[in-house]
Amino acid sequence: MDQVLQQLINGLSLGSIYALIALGYTMVYGIIQLINFAHGDVYMVGAYVGYVCMAHLHLDFFISLIVAMAACVALGVIIERVAYKPLRNSTRIAVLITAIGVSLLLEYTMMYFAGAAVRTYPALPAFMSGSYNFGGVTVTALQLIIIAISVILMIALQFIVRRTRLGKAMRAVSQDRDAARLMGISVDNTISFTFALGSALAGAAGVLVGVYYNSINPLMGILPGLKAFVAAVLGGIGLIPGALIGGYLIGTTEVIVSGVGFSTYRDAAVFAILIIVLIVKPSGLLGKNVREKV
Amino acid sequence: MKRSLAAVAAATLSLALLAGCGSGSSGSSNSDAIKLGVNYELSGPVATYGDASVQGIELAVEEINAAGGIDGKPIEIIKYDTKSEPAEATTLATKLMTQDDVITVIGPATSGSFKATIPVANQNHVPVVSGSATAEDVTVSNGQVQEYAFRTCFSDSFQGTAMANFAVKDLGAKTAVIIKDTSSDYAKGLAENFASTFEADGGTIVGEEGYVAGDTDFNAILTSIRSKDFDVIYLPGYYNEVGLIIKQARALGITAPILGGDGYESPTLLQLAGASALNDVYYTNHYSPLDTENVKVTEFIDSFKKKYNSEPSAFSALGYDTAYFVADAISRSGAELTGNAVKDAMASTTDFQGVTGNFGIDANHDPEKAALVIGLTDGVPTSAVKAA
Repeated sequence: MDQVLQQLINGLSLGSIYALIALGYTMVYGIIQLINFAHGDVYMVGAYVGYVCMAHLHLDFFISLIVAMAACVALGVIIERVAYKPLRNSTRIAVLITAIGVSLLLEYTMMYFAGAAVRTYPALPAFMSGSYNFGGVTVTALQLIIIAISVILMIALQFIVRRTRLGKAMRAVSQDRDAARLMGISVDNTISFTFALGSALAGAAGVLVGVYYNSINPLMGILPGLKAFVAAVLGGIGLIPGALIGGYLIGTTEVIVSGVGFSTYRDAAVFAILIIVLIVKPSGLLGKNVREKV
Repeated sequence: MKRSLAAVAAATLSLALLAGCGSGSSGSSNSDAIKLGVNYELSGPVATYGDASVQGIELAVEEINAAGGIDGKPIEIIKYDTKSEPAEATTLATKLMTQDDVITVIGPATSGSFKATIPVANQNHVPVVSGSATAEDVTVSNGQVQEYAFRTCFSDSFQGTAMANFAVKDLGAKTAVIIKDTSSDYAKGLAENFASTFEADGGTIVGEEGYVAGDTDFNAILTSIRSKDFDVIYLPGYYNEVGLIIKQARALGITAPILGGDGYESPTLLQLAGASALNDVYYTNHYSPLDTENVKVTEFIDSFKKKYNSEPSAFSALGYDTAYFVADAISRSGAELTGNAVKDAMASTTDFQGVTGNFGIDANHDPEKAALVIGLTDGVPTSAVKAA
């Protein structure tokens, strides 16, 4: 029983990270039907910004988190304006290929400036490095911080999307871009805002991973990015609650697969889920089957 | 007419250049001197290994010459750079053997490049010796001993054997779990030898887990290990993942000693795991400045610091021993200096005393020597014990 609870805690902290990244994928897909493959690298840049803040500027963890989120907001908006906006009326495949190009550009630019070697976050203050024991189940302070920050950010996101004018504009653009434009909504600004929100969450995930695992490198975004994409597809791409459910499910699956002794197959298990979802229910767990208009 | 003149001029010029090269590398050729080839990675991705090894070799040769050389004859080094490329290593080994007429070639440092020079050595009957080619199949290929290839370091998998004996005899361990990097032959070889020796010593392996280089989250496998009953964890791998595993294991409350191989040797290990996690961590290595039981170590460190103004690495120590090993074989090879006689003298080495331990050469042309088990306290090496 202890074992199961302990693995559940491990799965929750890993799942929180996937969920934060998956939200960015799903929001961007929801609004412009683009799978933004550069998203995992925005997460990587967030981890590096957090590293510079904490290791070189000696800023507090929470301030570093906010700086990294702000930097990723700027990066996300710039990527959208420079790389995707000129292609707004091109084929979807052209934008998708551009996204892969942006992803490689970010990875190797970072490698050029920061080097390929692994970097480590500085030592953490005492309140973050402790651990608590609840009857055989060990929960580290970092795991609690990751889960708490993720939940707070997700609630904030729900609030923005459901209760604010910008959120309403986002939902309107994702339903029907032309009708939204006719209603006086600035479609371009709304799309930029969506990228900003998604990138902020990815930046936060990057810093959280940096302090949790204490190891960052320029290619760290590839695999988590792909897994978060699987999480978004599993929950139903384009749906915010779907990304949350998908993220936690993928995190828990990975932990269970490793926990029962197949640790070297855990990545394979995640991608097997993607294949099964695409065959059995391509619209995802929460998705409705919508017939495409021809 | 003009054109052919130009061609002749070009040919003459290039001949002159070639001749220049030849005489340049031989330097002040002394007919009396014993010529040794030094064929190392002095540029390219593994240049640090080559540079460190050559520093050790040059220090040793300087000492030997200062003490009167070998039977009154000084040693002359002819040094080439393989640029970290195996093909270049083969070309340069051929050049050393056929044009520079060296008696022995030392190097290269990495197994792949060293292996590339072995066919040339067998063909020209000139021995090649490496101080750091640790791969399994270096001196024995397809069950056949490579006649003219020797090394002065133990093979990778021997570290598993040495650590298993250390775990049973020094730590009193009866049960162990293994966590290995399944994407690395190095880690798999160490794990295999650890398991067989540990079981032969009367221990039991109660669990085995695997991971892949590049992973960052090990909580799941560590949690499933935590429920088992074991005395030590054997964790062969490289510092990037090992650092994270040690950190996460200690955070989960796993306090058992963690044992590993020379893949731990890097300052990054301390940064990744943090000092407080690096207690009761032991790893095997070729050389340690803490091995003060061996009087040669302190002398070596002193003279190395005097010459280079820096701390020697394991590569320098192995290079230093290799040069002395070669000199020892040459002095025992008799009056006529041939590659064949030096090879026989090397193969019959029985008690060579070196900085990295005392050893004889076995039938496979490998040294029979002990590994050093280095223990960490708060991330700093504090003990070095011999284990074989």
